[in-house]
Amino acid sequence: MEARTVRDDPDAGADVDGEDTKTRDPDRDRGWSSRSRHVVLPRVALGVVLLVLASLPLFLAPYPIGLAGRMLAFALLVISVDLLTGVTGMPTLGQVAYFGTGAYTAGLVGIHITDNGFVQVAAGVGAAAVLALFTGAIAVRTSGIVFLMVTLAIGELVHQVADSLSVVGASNGLAGIPAVTLVPGGEPLLLAGYVYWWVLGVFLVGLLVAYLVLKSPLGRSMRGVRDGEQRLHAIGQHTYPVKLAAYVVAGGIAGAAGTAWVAQTRFFSPGDLGFDVAAFALLSVVLGGAGTLWGPAIGAAVVVLVRDWLSAYVDGKGALMLGVLFVVAVYTLPRGIAGARWRRRSATGRDTA
Amino acid sequence: MLSWLDANALTMINGVALAAVLFLIAVGLSLIFGTMNVLNLAHGAVSLTGAYIGVALLDGSATMPNFIVAVLAAAAVGLVIGGVLAVMTSSVKDHLRQALLTLGVALIAGDVLREIFGADVESVPAPAGLDGAVSILGRQYPLYRLSIIAVSAVIAILLYLVLERTRVGAMVRATVADRAMVEAIGIRTNLVLGGVFGVGAALASIGGLLAAPILGAQPGLDDTVLLLGLVVVVVGGLGSLKGALVGALLVGQLQTLGVAMLSEYASFLLFGAMALVLLTRPRGLLPAKTGAH
Amino acid sequence: METQVRHRKGHRMTSTSAAGAGDDILVLEELTLRYGALAAVDHVSLRVRRGGRHALIGPNGAGKSSLFSVVAGTQRATEGTVFFDGQDVSGLTEVGRARVGLVRTFQHSSLFLGMSVLDNARLAVERAEGSPKRPWPNPRRDRRITEAALRHIGSVGLTDRKEALCGALSHGERRQLEVGLVLACNPSLVLFDEPTAGMSAAETERFSEVVESLPAEITTVVVEHDLDVVFRLADRISVLSAGRLIADGTPEEVRADEAVREAYLGKPRSEEPLFGTVA
Repeated sequence: MEARTVRDDPDAGADVDGEDTKTRDPDRDRGWSSRSRHVVLPRVALGVVLLVLASLPLFLAPYPIGLAGRMLAFALLVISVDLLTGVTGMPTLGQVAYFGTGAYTAGLVGIHITDNGFVQVAAGVGAAAVLALFTGAIAVRTSGIVFLMVTLAIGELVHQVADSLSVVGASNGLAGIPAVTLVPGGEPLLLAGYVYWWVLGVFLVGLLVAYLVLKSPLGRSMRGVRDGEQRLHAIGQHTYPVKLAAYVVAGGIAGAAGTAWVAQTRFFSPGDLGFDVAAFALLSVVLGGAGTLWGPAIGAAVVVLVRDWLSAYVDGKGALMLGVLFVVAVYTLPRGIAGARWRRRSATGRDTA
Repeated sequence: MLSWLDANALTMINGVALAAVLFLIAVGLSLIFGTMNVLNLAHGAVSLTGAYIGVALLDGSATMPNFIVAVLAAAAVGLVIGGVLAVMTSSVKDHLRQALLTLGVALIAGDVLREIFGADVESVPAPAGLDGAVSILGRQYPLYRLSIIAVSAVIAILLYLVLERTRVGAMVRATVADRAMVEAIGIRTNLVLGGVFGVGAALASIGGLLAAPILGAQPGLDDTVLLLGLVVVVVGGLGSLKGALVGALLVGQLQTLGVAMLSEYASFLLFGAMALVLLTRPRGLLPAKTGAH
Repeated sequence: METQVRHRKGHRMTSTSAAGAGDDILVLEELTLRYGALAAVDHVSLRVRRGGRHALIGPNGAGKSSLFSVVAGTQRATEGTVFFDGQDVSGLTEVGRARVGLVRTFQHSSLFLGMSVLDNARLAVERAEGSPKRPWPNPRRDRRITEAALRHIGSVGLTDRKEALCGALSHGERRQLEVGLVLACNPSLVLFDEPTAGMSAAETERFSEVVESLPAEITTVVVEHDLDVVFRLADRISVLSAGRLIADGTPEEVRADEAVREAYLGKPRSEEPLFGTVA
């Protein structure tokens, strides 16, 4: 399923040369054998990835499992950034605002109302989507670099609110969030593995929603906005409602990512929605390959892995290694991680053709 | 009114001094975007490099000649970094990938600086002769801050003259207006653009050094400076010299007078004002004459 | 139908108030577009018959593109009225006009280059028939949309390119696809903006066939430089010069018209036949 996403949607913004299409087209006509390569194989790969993700708690220690959970939550945030940046062509630094809203809402619901995870996710997603509706109504009137800066302002304003609002712990952060439960009166998910599975569940549902939106008429309209607003006008489609709908959906998914993050860490502070998080989220999209879903997810995983895990082994050199990674990636992966895989496929196509 | 002025005059002068530094840093960011269409996220790191050059060359006390040498060194280093960045970004066309590249450079530079100078706040002395205070409205005010305003004003006027009155300036303005056209008439835009990138980075580096006696030098300052610079250029209008000046003055006052008067909302002022400006005038207060995209 | 060539020398055409009644799908009344002192379009009144094949020609700078953009809704007229299908559409934007069936193409064919041919057509069909903002797939309705999109792709001869990325199409193919997109909008009138500019002879031929094969109930208005194409496709021609309508009639009448010769060649009598090569 994911390879189809790639096929439909190679790379946002990048100029599309005919070469890849030409090399792909003959593949299509080769009947079942090419089907097996392009349809069945990715499904098998997806199954393997899911199996590996689900079985991580069986052979990883609690710390790396917690890291994997944070990775998934961040990846979902990055997917929401990609829905706007890669799919709709609206580069954003503001998704941290909805990420934070989801996280704080889930945390507050957990502390004051119920430790039921489903209620927390619903509340977090709802609050984030409502905030996205009101802020997006203004923000999507702009485009390009102005949109980028307006979303930066939104992110920073929410950051400042979080930093000064005592009900969410202000600059100290929101602590004392209880572990989530699945059923009323049930056992709280205290073991690292169970928490991870919950986060994985939220991630997969968020990914599924993003996938369905991408396959829907709205998804097509979003890509239409990216490729040519003027053209969309000419076929009688207002672009504002499309952009706003995309913004609200992306806001909701970012909110879900926030609830997953807070379920994993049971703590949230203004630093978790700062400018650097926003920048890393945006650049994970670029690193992974804008416009696809799995590319940015992998980009996000790589960024978290380098920043939080690898840096532990090289004495706090996370920022340096991220910097080197970014610079190297710009020159070696012109279409991001997703594009690298794509390019290799068309290269093999050329060999056999 | 008079008493209000009396009470706030020094705050306002502080705001102008901050604006002077911000202008030096932001004008490069703005011109680089306007001419090369590159959003240089390493700009804050370049500025911080300038500050650390002050730390390295001016240990504890600074005579005027030493300080001038430090400024020249900062300018030279900035020029080189800018040239390198121009070469690095020239083969990368997409905005977001340029951002990825320059942020990568910024992260590397930040880490290298931290490695050399440590994580603590380092201070840079004001040059001897300017480290005193003068009396303004019966209060003592640091002479150094007034000097920054003067230096920055001189640089602004020089920049204006170069851009408006010289052949090179005309080329730069033409490139902002219509790059394809300038290339079509056979001007080697790459050289012009590389020059702009170098000068822009040199100004950021000088700005960082001049600000260092007030703000100090420490890891993290690069992000702050970059954010402020971005706000200045988008509020003022990308690619425009006057825009950078107006943006810097506005942000300077917001960050000093605004914070002093509306301390409750201090943290929202900057980005609230930016959002307000962008939503009413999406191209900034004083945009460049033709589409700087 | 009026066949007499109207010359506009000083006197104004009397405008009819019963605009849009009956046969005329598009009626322009005293349309004017000014940039400051310059009138790019100067009191142009024009009628386009329902089902007609209308062409708009004129020398460079005659105001064809300005008139086009005012009719398409990209620019608002300074004065005057645009009636479409009996309705005053002067206040509608490009989007609004597309929705009532007045659909345009672009001079530089503009398509969704990062999407497949099929997805391009689906987008247009979804706008016209479905719910373009539905955020989830619906297999049954999506299949209907795909079928309609395939029909439109087929009608412009691109069936075997349906999976191709739009950015990989040739210039001529892009033009054909653009017609397909327009058809998917259920238009009553299509405005073509210099459709054959930059096309090879073969591509022009192919494109002309596509336009000729359009259903008779769809009116077309073509702004075009290539007079061969104009005389092939149009059954009625309007000539603009310096923002004014100087002639309006059948191809034969326009070909014989002196004011037109004058406008094109800058002198009253030409020794060379102006439209000599027309078949």
